[in-house]
This record gives sequence, structure tokens and C-alpha cells, in this order.
Amino acid sequence: MRCTRMPSLIQVEHLVKRYSGRRVPGSREVMSALNDVSFSLAPGRTLALVGESGSGKSTLALCLAGLERPTSGRIWFGGRDIVALDEKELRTVRPQIQLVFQDPVSSLNPRFTALEILREPLIVQRSGGRRETSESALAMLESVGLSREMASRGVGEFSGGQRQRLAIARALSLAPKLVILDEALSALDCSVQAQIANLLLELQSSFALTYLFITHDLAMAAHLGDEIAVMDRGRVVEQGVPEKILHTPEQEATRRLVAAIPGSNVTPRLPRAL
Amino acid sequence: MSILEVRNLSVRYFSHTGVASSAIMDVSFDVRPGEILGMLGESGSGKSTLAASLLRLLPANGKIQQGSILFEGRDVLQAELRELEIIRGKRIALINQEPSAALHPTMRIGDQVGEVLAAHEYLGKRARRERIQQALSAVFPAETERISFSYPHQLSGGQRQRVLIAQAIACGPSLVVADEPTASLDPTTQREVLSVFQGLRQKFGLAIILITHNPLLLAGLADRVLILYAGRVAEIGPTESVLSTPMHPYTRALLRCLPPLPCSADEVNRKTMLPVISGDAPNSALLPQGCRFEPRCPDRFEACGKREPAAVSPNNGHTVCCFKFGG
Repeated sequence: MRCTRMPSLIQVEHLVKRYSGRRVPGSREVMSALNDVSFSLAPGRTLALVGESGSGKSTLALCLAGLERPTSGRIWFGGRDIVALDEKELRTVRPQIQLVFQDPVSSLNPRFTALEILREPLIVQRSGGRRETSESALAMLESVGLSREMASRGVGEFSGGQRQRLAIARALSLAPKLVILDEALSALDCSVQAQIANLLLELQSSFALTYLFITHDLAMAAHLGDEIAVMDRGRVVEQGVPEKILHTPEQEATRRLVAAIPGSNVTPRLPRAL
Repeated sequence: MSILEVRNLSVRYFSHTGVASSAIMDVSFDVRPGEILGMLGESGSGKSTLAASLLRLLPANGKIQQGSILFEGRDVLQAELRELEIIRGKRIALINQEPSAALHPTMRIGDQVGEVLAAHEYLGKRARRERIQQALSAVFPAETERISFSYPHQLSGGQRQRVLIAQAIACGPSLVVADEPTASLDPTTQREVLSVFQGLRQKFGLAIILITHNPLLLAGLADRVLILYAGRVAEIGPTESVLSTPMHPYTRALLRCLPPLPCSADEVNRKTMLPVISGDAPNSALLPQGCRFEPRCPDRFEACGKREPAAVSPNNGHTVCCFKFGG
């Protein structure tokens, strides 16, 4: 293991994920979704992962969450290489790494009530009886800014922003150490984005969470991230503090992303003028 | 002279039990030839309802309650079906959000553009092929041929969105209504598609209504911006004026929600709380009596809760509906 200044929560070393072309039977076409990706993430910090569509951001998220098997490389988490674990051992790791997806409509079961959604992970992990799981589900509902009275509502009765709060509450119900936010703000309106961004910051400080924040939105990445990592064609091509990435980008891929920030073609960028 | 004049348009939806909810209320605006009008609103603000009513494509439970829509001198609301069919697709084209849902999966791109032409014009085989070529080359100048023979699954999201634009302009409309055309694209592709719109406006003098929820997309692109809140026009005016000196408290609050970009390499303001608009947007079935933004407004005073403010124009061409400005 490499030496780092700060003890890292998760450390990724030379991660490779290849998909073989299954579309044409017998084809030997191989697609490298991840190509030698390495980074480490210290506890309590946020790494924002940016890149164009198809640059490998979501594949990386799936590998870290133990939902995809990497082709090679190591992922050190809690002193263990989770790539080497078998399915049974992996099941003890997964609760500690949770995902929040982009679309709260398709990631929540429409036939469940809010309470059922929040209890399900606890039931699956067999943590407590009926009363216990209900009580911790209700507490979780409150910590994401929803009220206990909403527990019996169906998913359809919540607004988009409230659904994303519910998805975050579900991710937090197993007290994870790392939360992977895969485009978790992208489908929301600007005013709701700001509310959820604030919620994420609050939760990070009260539960000492570590975030991997995957996004298209470089402005939000700069706002929420302690560091930004830029991915391009399966590689992390540049990593650094947001100010540096935005103002002195070194790689072509980074420059392209910075140039495409909506509103960056207008000076000064509008909200500043207020 | 405007090509589109919308006056006092109100639309309601009726549930199967007969309960009415107001989607848009008393909306008036103009579109001038060759103009890009940005229509900014969050979900539930009525922007898609507005787009659909311009073409009278509302679902069966949506009713236009009052108002008028004058397009190129024709009254759209009084038009008979035959007249409507000429307007739809030929004079006003509509581009929807999801390009993959709008394209037929097993038909070549060229044929799909040809279908639009066939619906509106009698053309011989060769003439049609030429027009397909023309429409596609306007959005894919470099690889018209290849795209024409491709299937949708062989194209990227940005390319598919451009195909929809090619379909939209195939019959030479004077107005294109684009409803969140770049919502599913990443910023680099977004920028590319928006520059296609800009090019078309320059080349064909096309007027475009660009509907979006992201104010920053409109900066440097739209000529004027219309801000919708809960089905009413909050503010309308030249883009620069609306986005840099917004008058309506909603517009001001909305723009403050956006995460700030560090201005220089040493400015650090990350991980701070963003200013938010308190509360939620009103439910369309139980709207507040007065100004619709009143319950969430930081600047509200007594009059705001009693009646709805009228539109006033304190600045040249910049109109706002707010009592603060005398509405």
C-alpha cells in the first residue's frame, strides 16, 4: 500500500474495468470503461468526479459500491481489498458504501410508502425488530428535513426534491461511511438543487460522511467538492482543488469542461451581479 | 411586428372527478421574427403546458379557458383542424426533451426526416431526397450522408437531438418551440446543440422559444427571457436586463440559488450554505389568493396576499408583475 499523508477511507489503485463486446456473438471487441484509475479519499471529505458522458464515472461508482467486478486493480476500504472479497464477505462491506442515483422516480419503489422504503435496508441487513427499524426510519426521515407525518405517504405523493431527500435517507439508514452521489442533483430544479446541496453539507458534518460526488455540473462540483477529479475516456486525467481546476486547468479535457460551464461565456457570471 | 401574440392565456386541467387546477393563468407575450425567447420556469410552472397550447396539443383533460393566440395573423384557437395541421410541424415546429423517445428505433434517420416532409408537402422522390439532404446538412454539415443512413441507436444523444432539430426545420417553419432540448445532455454537448440553434436563427431567421429550467443556459443566447412562476409571468425583458438586474423577488432568489464559481484561483468559498427559497412551489389545485410568490417572498407586504399584481414596465421593455414596482 502506498504511503499517504492522511489516512484514507478508500484508496483505489490501478483500477481497470473492461467490457467485452457481447452485442456480436464471438466478437473480440473490448471496451475499456476504466483504464488504470487511482485515487484516495480521506474520511469526511468530498471528491467531486466530473467528465463527459461515457468517461467512466458511473462504472467507477458501480465498482466502488461492489455492484460491478473490476477486471483488475485494488480498492482498499477499511483495511481490506474489496476486489478480492467473495460475495459473502462483500455483503458485509456494501452497507458501508451507499449510492444515491440521479432519478428519484425510478430509484424508489412506487408501491412503497416512505416508511417501507426506509425500513427495507434495515430489514435486509436484519438490524432490529419491527419497532426498532420503524423508529430509526422515522428518525432518518426527520434528519433529511421531512416530517414524521409523511411516513405513511406513497412515493407518488412527494415532490421531486422530497423524493431525492427520501433516496438520501434510505442511503443513510445503514450508517454508511462512504456515500456515492451519482448525478444526485442533476434532475432537480435549480432552487431544489440548492436545498439538497445544503442538506448534503449538513448531513456530511453531522454524520461525518465521506462523499464521492459524480456530476456534469462543474459549478456544483466546485461548490461541494474539497477536490475535483476529471475523468476522460476511462482515466482520471487531472485532480486538484476546485480553484486550481477551474482557473489553471492543465489538461485538454478539463479545459473543455470549464469552457462548457453554462453562463461562463458571459462575464461576469450572472449570480455574481446580484 | 410579432409573429406570435399570446394574450391573457389561461389553461386548466380537469381531473376525472371534475376538480379543476389552474396550469397557466393570464399569460401574455410576443415573439418577434428571428428572435430567441427564453422561457424559464421550474417544474410545475406551466412551461410545457404553454408550449403544448401554442399548437393546441393539450391532453384531453386540458382546456384553454380564455385568451387568444395569434400566429402570423391567424387565430390558432379558432382555427379548424385542416388549418391547424398546416400550422403544426410546418409553420410551428415542436422539439421535445427526450430525443430517444421521439425517434423510431428501426427507421433510418433520413427516412424519418422524410416522413415529416411527406406529411406536409407533395414531393417527388428526388425532390424529397434533396430536401432531406438540405435539412440534415444544416445540422450536420460534415457528415450528412453517414447520418442519413444511420439508425438512432448508432448516434450519440447530442446527434439525436440534432436529428430532431433537422426534422423541425425540414418544412421551413418560422417558429420552433424547443421544450428542454438539452436537459439530458452533458454540458459540452449542450453547448454544441445550443450553438446549432444560434446558427439556425442566423441562417434562416428562425424564431425560437427555448424552454428551460436553467437560467445560465439562456445567458448569451436568448434575446429576451420570460420567467414563469406557478403558471404566471413573473417577469419578461431583455436577457441581460432580467438576468443581471432582476426585478421580481422570485427571479432574484432563483439566481442566488446557483452555486457561485470561484472568481480567481485563490478565492475559496466552497462548502458554504447556498441561499434557498423557503418553502415549496404552490400546488396548482390550491393557489394563494394574491401574488403566487407571496408565501415564499422575502419582500412581501400587506397588499401581496390580497390580489394579484398587474404587469408594469418600469424599464424600457422590462416588464414585471410585482407590487414593489407598482403592479
